[in-house]
Amino acid sequence: MQRHLISAADLTRDDAVLILDTAEEMARVADRPIKKLPTLRGRTIVNLFFEDSTRTRISFEAAEKRLSADVINFSAKGSSVSKGESLKDTAQTLEAMGVDAVVIRHGASGAPYRLANSGWIDAAVVNAGDGTHQHPTQALLDAFTMRRRLIGPDAGLGQDLEGKRITLVGDVLHSRVARSNVDLLHTLGAEVTLVAPPTLLPVGVETWPCEVSYDLDSTLPKSDAVMMLRVQRERMNAAFFPTEREYSRRYGLDGDRMARMPEHAIVMHPGPMVRGMEITAEVADSDRCTVVEQVANGVSVRMAVLYLLLGGNEPAVTHPRTEEK
Amino acid sequence: MSKILIRGAKVLGGEPQDVLIDGGTIAEVRAGLSAEGAGRAGGAHDVTVVEADGKVLLPGLVDLHTHLREPGREDSETVLTGTRAAASGGYTTVFAMANTFPVADTAGVVEQVWRLGREHGYCDVQPIGAVTVGLDGRKLAELGAMHESAAGVTVFSDDGKCVHDAVIMRRALEYVKAFGGVIAQHAQEPRLTEGAEMNEGVVSAELGLGGWPAVAEESIIARDVLLADHVGSRVHICHLSTAGSVEIVRWAKSRGIQVTAEVTPHHLLLTDELVRTYNPVYKVNPPLRTERDVMALREALADGTIDIVATDHAPHPHEDKDCEWAAAAMGMVGLETALSVVQETMVDTGLLDWAGVADRMSVKPARIGQATGHGRPVSAGEPANLTLVDTAYRGLVEPAGFASRSRNTPYEGRELPGRVTHTWLRGKATLVDGKLT
Repeated sequence: MQRHLISAADLTRDDAVLILDTAEEMARVADRPIKKLPTLRGRTIVNLFFEDSTRTRISFEAAEKRLSADVINFSAKGSSVSKGESLKDTAQTLEAMGVDAVVIRHGASGAPYRLANSGWIDAAVVNAGDGTHQHPTQALLDAFTMRRRLIGPDAGLGQDLEGKRITLVGDVLHSRVARSNVDLLHTLGAEVTLVAPPTLLPVGVETWPCEVSYDLDSTLPKSDAVMMLRVQRERMNAAFFPTEREYSRRYGLDGDRMARMPEHAIVMHPGPMVRGMEITAEVADSDRCTVVEQVANGVSVRMAVLYLLLGGNEPAVTHPRTEEK
Repeated sequence: MSKILIRGAKVLGGEPQDVLIDGGTIAEVRAGLSAEGAGRAGGAHDVTVVEADGKVLLPGLVDLHTHLREPGREDSETVLTGTRAAASGGYTTVFAMANTFPVADTAGVVEQVWRLGREHGYCDVQPIGAVTVGLDGRKLAELGAMHESAAGVTVFSDDGKCVHDAVIMRRALEYVKAFGGVIAQHAQEPRLTEGAEMNEGVVSAELGLGGWPAVAEESIIARDVLLADHVGSRVHICHLSTAGSVEIVRWAKSRGIQVTAEVTPHHLLLTDELVRTYNPVYKVNPPLRTERDVMALREALADGTIDIVATDHAPHPHEDKDCEWAAAAMGMVGLETALSVVQETMVDTGLLDWAGVADRMSVKPARIGQATGHGRPVSAGEPANLTLVDTAYRGLVEPAGFASRSRNTPYEGRELPGRVTHTWLRGKATLVDGKLT
């Protein structure tokens, strides 16, 4: 494992499988009456959020607390950042307070990379989403969810996603989730197809390790998992698509379309969902949809990442897994 | 004024000759001049001898595109520090861009900048006037007043912004014909580049940075060469950066359209792959492009499709680059490394000889900007604006040694060839043995 987690592309297959396996161990902790491990006791983690994000911040916070870390939440709103303090000064101020790791969410692509590589601070940096670049823990929790659902929690241990057909649908252009997922799923051996109107695909996507299609209906029967990406209504004002209704008709997932997916195939969404836009309530609330599971898995995966980055060599869980069986 | 004898200089890279400077003028150029002979010929003057020892002697370089930042951003550069940087880089004239605070859109501001250049005496400063009031693209600035001022402005540009309104561009092109002016266009279609942070392509797709598509430059160049043709005016294209732009300019020239174009040193050497570091020192406008563009630009500079090299020297204070990519300012300093980059990319690759370098970095830019007395042949009777280059030198770029007030160079720690050792402005040494006077 590297010292930082900036991009899903930085993970090797073995790194990624190790994180997923560790996350399975962490998930078992959640089933205990006391959901807490002493692993990161005495370590301080700051959640440095320059962008509004309730669910990601809470997920990291829950993960940190279950590992017994001391947690500082820093939100840019109402802070010295809004008074013009630079990222560098903010980071150095936090480090001076003895922070071991910085979990950063930033609106500017590359901000976590700069933080990790500019020599400003020594702490480990975890990217919790930067601009339209990367969101590696989201990709990990998605992969974790796919492995559990498509292979199984125990059968999946040590496994990657070789041969699984994963379809991502929606606003790829503005999506860090899509970029991270393409990178990680490719590393894990999955076959990825992106489906979007051409306006919402970046120029240069042809070099990505995936297929690209403009046609959702022809892709659905060949999918083991379909991940719907959020499409902001405002995009329509910049002429990315004509109307909300036309978008829904061509690229939204409703009950009819879901019926064309294979029996075992699952529907995923990183949230927050725009019901009626990219996904209908019927699909969102069906038991094929893993959106709530993804949230729960997010905590386990983030525990695994923080443990592996900060915890070092001791076993994550104090007793062997076999005893729990 | 005393005399200077430069001994054994390869004039424009040719056979070694001796060059005698008397006052502000080149007195003699031939092999076998002696200090004693030079002294006798001119009477009782002292003769300073400079042993060129195989270095290359060029006419003083002329930069058609420099940001001196004064007035308004003296924290990044002043006319003094900028012209010292220019002299260090071998320049004897720089054209100062209009995007200062206040904007150089009146006779008063251009005269101030021009006068500061004269007072400091390191390098002639020829101000460029804004095309539109406040660079906002709506109303023509008083171009005639700037031309008639002491600064004698002939080049007009809204650089930093594109004159995007086709009617305003047409009128500007027409209007400056009355006094032989030229419009230098920063070709950037504004709607296509909203939120643009780097070249749009494979790398931007991966990095999630806003794309600056080549077509945003090319569409404006295509429009403007057609406009220039229609109204019979002359247009100059600033910092041309794409292979497609080269094709359009090549086509326009083949049709006899009066278009000239410049390329920056950084677009001849660097590509958008460097943006993968998210280091804002590589953030520049127009952005670094692809390897294919770089090769097309080199070829176009060699065959004359691109007329000149201009630095787009854009100083910024440290804090404006020591931050995340999105928050960083766009631009790179270039005056002190331009000749080295041109040697690396054009001379050492065999694309251009030193006479060609003199043409692209002195003769042609002086002609486009009508800088009289600059870009002249190195021969008797001409003004002694000269640059002596140690072309055998190779060394690491060390920003700490820059004369510029700013350090935002993309070449820190990179090994580059060539070093300017001497610069003379009308016979007065501004740089001696690599040190400013």
